[in-house]
Amino acid sequence: MALNYSEKVMDHFLHPRNIGKMEKYDGFAEVGNPVCGDQLSFYIKVKGDKIEDVRFLSFGCASNIATASIMTEKVKGMSIEDAKKFDWNKIVEDLGGLPTQKVHCSILAVDGLKKAIEDYESRG
Amino acid sequence: MDVYLDNAATTKLDERVLEKMKPYFTEKYGNASSIHHMGQESSVLLTKCKEEIAKRINGDPDNIIFTAGGTESNNMILKGVARANQGKGKHILVSSIEHASVLKPAEQLKKEGFDVELIPVNSGGFVELDQIKKMIRPETILISVMTVNNEIGTIQPVEQIARFARKNGIYFHTDAVQAIPYKDIDIKDWNVDFLSLSAHKFYGPKGVGLAYIDRKINIEPQVIGGGQEYGLRGGTYNLPSIVGMTEALKLIYQEKDEYINRVFELSQYLWKRIKEEIDEVAINGDPGNRTPNNLNVMFRRIEGEAILMDLSTKGICVSTGSACSAINLKASGVLQAIGLEDYHLNSNIRFSLGKFTTKEEIDYTVSCLVDTVKRLRSFTPIK
Repeated sequence: MALNYSEKVMDHFLHPRNIGKMEKYDGFAEVGNPVCGDQLSFYIKVKGDKIEDVRFLSFGCASNIATASIMTEKVKGMSIEDAKKFDWNKIVEDLGGLPTQKVHCSILAVDGLKKAIEDYESRG
Repeated sequence: MDVYLDNAATTKLDERVLEKMKPYFTEKYGNASSIHHMGQESSVLLTKCKEEIAKRINGDPDNIIFTAGGTESNNMILKGVARANQGKGKHILVSSIEHASVLKPAEQLKKEGFDVELIPVNSGGFVELDQIKKMIRPETILISVMTVNNEIGTIQPVEQIARFARKNGIYFHTDAVQAIPYKDIDIKDWNVDFLSLSAHKFYGPKGVGLAYIDRKINIEPQVIGGGQEYGLRGGTYNLPSIVGMTEALKLIYQEKDEYINRVFELSQYLWKRIKEEIDEVAINGDPGNRTPNNLNVMFRRIEGEAILMDLSTKGICVSTGSACSAINLKASGVLQAIGLEDYHLNSNIRFSLGKFTTKEEIDYTVSCLVDTVKRLRSFTPIK
């Protein structure tokens, strides 16, 4: 199967931003895609009403890694309220498009972020 | 450095084959169905090609039907034999590790009302005759088991199964696309009724293959037209490619011993170095009874498509059975059939070596792999 990833996808795949474990965090979530088996973990650190820091781990394809990476860039410094409304279409646009069968990767990334925020909020 | 380790997908055309093919594009281009001298020259050559191939596979030249490749041959045989013989029964057995070009036609036959069952395989990746013995019925008309599996390289006991099928009056087909030159195909000794081959898997041109069809058995043609191939497959004879396939088959068998030794040594060396330098790896499929060009390796806790893409940026071409690499997002059916756990299904890479593979390329591949695996494991959430 041909996979024509954009240069930006490849850049984020080869040099993912905000990757790695966070030792002290305020919210955490692990999400998996039951269809393809990919997994993502997100850690967030919150200061005031803003996401001060975000990190992620990935078991997934190039697109899984790249979509999570670019999303962390976007939401770092964003208010919790805005982050909750974050639209996965923005990721696809920003990456210069994704192969059709890879669009679900961006949905998984956003899902993971929202679950990490839920976790933060549930901790009060 | 560019390294091609995807020879089970396709191979580079042998230059000597290309030279043989050339005159049939621009000089000797007559249609083998024409009765003028140019056509007749082509027709004579066509017969010669069939004779030469028949000698190599110990079959009858009149049973060789040239096609556009393995997929067409498999479609032709599965559907053609089933539809023409449904008066005898509608039960068909197909191994669970067949290529999609057998599995999809089998699914289509199921929709048409045939009773199609998949033969399970053991954890080594082999179909067992005892299993088939349990599954056959009086109305079984056809069994299809590949000679060599394309993903894990396991060599199936087709001689045994074919003999058993013949004894029980069941037709037997084998997709032998991955078998050359690792097995000496012997139609008569094996008791095979139908067999499929594809030239580009053994350094021949793409777009040409053959269906070996025992013409005493009824078969419904799938592509009809000008009556070529005894009316079994219409379409102008693709002579340059047929000449190329014949030459490629001749060369690969002539150079077989040296070739097999080479890929065996190199794949052993590749596995030895991977094991030495990378933790948490395992071979998928039986490590012994497989073609020496194939090495299918599990790299635990990281995803196959990511490994493939990372290697690809370093110039290395491999393949993966991971769900992420498939259009339908389904993980390899072969790896499922041999019983891999769900969480291991997407962590596999197939290295398939070929006659142009060098030791330097293997060394380069291992050094890249070490970095790739280290990088991807540095951020996997899986413990």
